[in-house]
Amino acid sequence: MTLARPAVADRPTAGPVTGADRRGGRVHGRHLLVGLLLLAIGSYLSLSIGAVKIPLGDMFHPSEQQWRIITLSRMPRTIAILLAGAALAVAGLIMQRITQNSYVSPSTSGTVEAAIFGVLLATLLVPGAGLTDKMLIALATALIGTFGFLQILQRVRVRDPIVVALIGIMYGGVIGALTTYLAYRNDLLQLLEIWTTASFSSIQAGQYEPLYLVVFVGAVGYLFADRFTVVGMGREFATNLGVNYRFVLYVGLIVVSVMAATVVVVVGSIPFLGLIVPNIVRIWLGDNVRVVLPVTALAGAGFVLACDIVGRLIRYPYEIPVGVVGGVVGAGVFIWLIVRAQSKGRA
Amino acid sequence: MTTLHSLLELGSTPTERRRDRAVRLSLLTLAALALASCAAYLLYDVQGSWSYALSLRSRQLGALVVVGVAIGVSSVVFQTIAGSRILTPSVMGFDSLYVLIQTVFVASLGGAALTLGVVERFVVNAVLLATFGVLLFRWLFRRNSRNLYVLVMIGIVLGAFFQSLAVLMSRVLTPDDYLTLQQLTFASFTTVNPTLLGVAALVTVAGLAALVPMLRQVDVVDLGKDNAIALGVDYHRVVTRVLLVSVLLVAVSAALVGPMLFLGLIVANLARQVVRTNRHRALAIGAGLLGAVICVLGQFIVAHVFGLTTTFSVVVNLVGGVYFIILLLRTTRL
Repeated sequence: MTLARPAVADRPTAGPVTGADRRGGRVHGRHLLVGLLLLAIGSYLSLSIGAVKIPLGDMFHPSEQQWRIITLSRMPRTIAILLAGAALAVAGLIMQRITQNSYVSPSTSGTVEAAIFGVLLATLLVPGAGLTDKMLIALATALIGTFGFLQILQRVRVRDPIVVALIGIMYGGVIGALTTYLAYRNDLLQLLEIWTTASFSSIQAGQYEPLYLVVFVGAVGYLFADRFTVVGMGREFATNLGVNYRFVLYVGLIVVSVMAATVVVVVGSIPFLGLIVPNIVRIWLGDNVRVVLPVTALAGAGFVLACDIVGRLIRYPYEIPVGVVGGVVGAGVFIWLIVRAQSKGRA
Repeated sequence: MTTLHSLLELGSTPTERRRDRAVRLSLLTLAALALASCAAYLLYDVQGSWSYALSLRSRQLGALVVVGVAIGVSSVVFQTIAGSRILTPSVMGFDSLYVLIQTVFVASLGGAALTLGVVERFVVNAVLLATFGVLLFRWLFRRNSRNLYVLVMIGIVLGAFFQSLAVLMSRVLTPDDYLTLQQLTFASFTTVNPTLLGVAALVTVAGLAALVPMLRQVDVVDLGKDNAIALGVDYHRVVTRVLLVSVLLVAVSAALVGPMLFLGLIVANLARQVVRTNRHRALAIGAGLLGAVICVLGQFIVAHVFGLTTTFSVVVNLVGGVYFIILLLRTTRL
């Protein structure tokens, strides 16, 4: 396993020292290994589950028809699941570091809603828009939307993290209402549901490839990980440490927006994923971004994979969109996180 | 402290009298406005058959007024017992809970749900909502009585949770049951089931009648839990009763038009600004009237100015979202 790099954890930590930091890099390597193993098993399952059952044993010597199903539908679907889950989780992590607020994520800051608005705009303004056109426009609106949220935050200087998240949710809700207004006017409400509720059922070879962009952007995010934390401490603090505040902030914005916009265009939105996954990993592994980021990516991928498999099994052979399953689990876990933080704060 | 002031000083000083007169004037203005908007809704721009237009429009108008009154009154009293201007039953996720209960109902009964009459169905749903609503409220307020924003946040996320759970359940239904569900839950201001409207109107009137004798005690509860108990009010009984009535009123509006997240928030806060008093008798009347005015005028504008290119709930969400952000910023700055 070349992915496990124990040395990483020995770097100085940005956040408070946690149990995981003290225990050193070995734990981190083991977590990554276990995570990868679980993901591999899950992906293997994901390849075999569907309207046409492919027995697990057949996977190693598939018939020609089975091979075509795997390469054209199951494989693209599984890759899309892994990439989308990892992307949204990492985007959430980066936003939480930049804002120093663990309740901020693409779906609680208007980013996702702005991207959906962009896809709708692209459908309306560019007749016959392809994936690339939609992605570019969604990226632009996601950037503007997220930037707008950060501007609001800087203007009002609210300290309570819950209030910040509430403002973000409402801000997203307002953008969402605008989108609904536009869609209703143009009879596109049904189309809108495709982007607001993620589903992998229509993913085939030739329709998910833009998601690979996420890997590249994620690598950039990993390189900048520590600097995002520093930027989160404020402009003066960052400048004192020799970090170019504006530059790093914009890099973070672009990374987050690219990830959210790509996932929305290709798959649709999975609510609360970007919020809960980084938080759970953080409870478990602590604050060091470089340690946490790869695990967060794995956990995000695993979460979406699990939700999608459950969605495929509940009403087999029919499918329930991953956005619906993820919405139930995500909201439930989010409530648990808030209640937990509250009772901890009181104790 | 103005509340305490007006409560203790029952004698009619000139300032008192002036204030009372202002309150009465604002209520009268609201009543006139409500009548005018109802008349406009019924009579404006009728083309073709008058009898058809009037019967359709009067049904729509009935639903608008019932929903407006129910949401206005329930939100204003709920705000008081919850002790915050940004907490309304809808913000706490109650109307999403109603939709969820209805979905579970169909999922467990299937087509048999249709054999129950409109009245029985409404009663079953409302009783379930009341039970769960009171339990939810108790749980939330026992856990997080200190930080209101946490409460709001949990309420909003709970709303999302109930909503996605309802969607999940509706996806699992067989096509037949799904059709049943759609027949039961399809609700909007433009298509109103007359029987349901009748039941809703009756329940609203009954709820208001039960609420009126409690409003003086609600005035005292407004002073805070400790003060209310010290002044001899049975705090828990008042809170539970008011809560039950507001949950009932929420069920009415959710059954008629589905969830309207921000309507109560807008109506209740505007009512508090228009009717400048802390006496809940006047406040409740004002909020009910204002709710009716906003619903009727809103639907009127959507129909005649926008030519039905949008829906009332979209407009409410748009305006309400911005208003909510402003309210949040204002309350956190204080």
